[in-house]
Amino acid sequence: MAEEKKIVIRRLETAKDLGKFMAKYYYELDEASKTGKEKIAWCTSVGPAEILRGLGFLTYFPETHSAMLGTTRMATDLIPVANALGYSPEICSYLTADIGAFIEGVTPLAKVFKGIESVPKPDVLVYNTNQCRDVQDWFLWYGNKFNVPVVGVESYRNVPEVTEGHVTGIVKQLENLIEPLEKVAGRKFDMDEFKNAVKLSRECSDLWEKCLAAAASKPSPLTFFDGTTLMGPAVVGRGTQKALDVYHLLLDELNDRVEKGLGALEEEQYRIYWDGMPVWGRLSMHSKLFAGLKANVIASTYCSSWIFSALDENDPFGSMARAYTELFIVRADKFKEDYIKNKLDFFGIDGVVYHDARTCPNNTNCRYGLSQRLQEQTDIPFVTIDGDLNDLRCLSDEQTKTNIEAFIEQLEERK
Amino acid sequence: MISNKIYVGTDVGSSRTKVAILDPDKNLIGYSIKKSGTDFYARAEECLESSLKAARASREDIIKVISTGYGRKNVAYADGSRTEIGCHAKGCFLYFPEPITIVDIGGQDNKIIKLDAKGLRTGFKMNRKCAAGTGAFLEEMAARLDVPLEDMNDLASRSTDMIKLGSFCTVFSATEVLENIRNGKNITDIVKGVFYSIIKRIIEMDSLTEKVIMTGGVIANNPYLVKMAEELIAGKIFIPEHPQLTGAIGAALYAMENDK
Repeated sequence: MAEEKKIVIRRLETAKDLGKFMAKYYYELDEASKTGKEKIAWCTSVGPAEILRGLGFLTYFPETHSAMLGTTRMATDLIPVANALGYSPEICSYLTADIGAFIEGVTPLAKVFKGIESVPKPDVLVYNTNQCRDVQDWFLWYGNKFNVPVVGVESYRNVPEVTEGHVTGIVKQLENLIEPLEKVAGRKFDMDEFKNAVKLSRECSDLWEKCLAAAASKPSPLTFFDGTTLMGPAVVGRGTQKALDVYHLLLDELNDRVEKGLGALEEEQYRIYWDGMPVWGRLSMHSKLFAGLKANVIASTYCSSWIFSALDENDPFGSMARAYTELFIVRADKFKEDYIKNKLDFFGIDGVVYHDARTCPNNTNCRYGLSQRLQEQTDIPFVTIDGDLNDLRCLSDEQTKTNIEAFIEQLEERK
Repeated sequence: MISNKIYVGTDVGSSRTKVAILDPDKNLIGYSIKKSGTDFYARAEECLESSLKAARASREDIIKVISTGYGRKNVAYADGSRTEIGCHAKGCFLYFPEPITIVDIGGQDNKIIKLDAKGLRTGFKMNRKCAAGTGAFLEEMAARLDVPLEDMNDLASRSTDMIKLGSFCTVFSATEVLENIRNGKNITDIVKGVFYSIIKRIIEMDSLTEKVIMTGGVIANNPYLVKMAEELIAGKIFIPEHPQLTGAIGAALYAMENDK
């Protein structure tokens, strides 16, 4: 049998700094939960975090917790617990894993951060359905459990072009959140704090965008698999100075790699774009699978979803409404097609992998012919892998492996 | 012995292991097909021995071996491996050097592979994580109907009033089969319904453009499936001389290519 070569994937030094950021973030929440000194708002991943900062809330993001349930491979055993309560195996496995974990009284936070025993208790839950309807159902379940208010924004879906009509509607909903949130916070909304949070969010977004853009260099200093964990501060820390500080460090390291011509992989022969959610429980396996085939997954729709270029402190409500409605996930397919096409061009992509995530239709973009249309327009081939973000019962590793290997062989033939 | 240089392709499928031996002129000079069982290493070895014997060749004559299939990493004597997608494509293109759509029905999965005029893949699809439309589905249904697998082709061809099975799912289809047994339907009509279900599941996977080639063990053993597929797509379907061997032949062609 031919000897297989050792796979070299260069780890980023600043990943440790980002890890420390996440640790501090969770310890701060844990402290607040135990002492009650600060109020905690649970927020959806692209919920109105800036408004919460303007009211002095600490924010906790259950979606990030669910991703951790995925990476620690706890999710698959916990999902059935929620299934038994009537939450179908076909709906969001973030929701089912998270509720299952809560019922079972387990959390990956306890495994990773010594002294933390549970998720922080919410004083209020705030959603934005720009991700999906599932976040609303998810938060309502917890609202009932903790007997705390649940408020939110019901976003538009499949938006072809964001109009003033869309923006006005969302602004009104955002403004309507202030009063109920003030009651929970026990204080008045501070416009200056809010504007500052919008300013910092925008700066965080710009920095994160630059970090991701570094992958356009050949070879790419970054992989998608790095990006899925490096994006933690962009999700949970947006609107804070601390998030900016770590992304400055990350950007410096990435720029340094670019200057030195140092790629994340020792050999990068194929540049791949990933569309859809990561398979959290298979990050390492997939990372090695691609690297072993000299293919670097360098860019993705998912990691780019925390870029909010419309945010503007001078029009905080309006720009938030615009930024959170201009999101890829909220948009109609024509926008999505053009968006991905631009990314393929910008990053010099050889092939596209679409992840058809069984329980996440909103982050699965290959179910309405988009992949075929894009291949016709760009002549860049694609492959679809069936799987899921958290539910490992929905995937076959062997089939994924064969599909990816066959796809890279296809790209090899074209070179 | 026809030539002192031979190229070997070993295709370890979930159901059968196939070895093909080619001479430098790409002629198939020996082959072997055996049940894969649980010891892939041993089966690959046995198949190699049988096919060497058929080719009147010896191990010393082997220039290179490429393995493929589900157990491609379990072939101790292979110099390298390729996926079954690539090998089926290469194997088919040898016999049909033109733009083609390959439909392969394997034991565990189905593939649709599209090739351009140069034999380059323009796309491929495998079935999802489901047995519907595969050899495994046929085996399950044969067991439910209590008929030998090898009798299925003959039974289907004798049907006069086909039963239609509507489900995507093997388990649901089995329930439908039981319902028809309970209602006293003819076994021939049920088996034809099972065949129809297989063909439908595959045709639903992708658009069948260009010339359609069917391969795989299920086709090799059940030619009536091809006739039904032709009726369904209202067009001619082409079968290589050894439909079960195209993966192994493709692997041998890769062995030859890499040697040059």
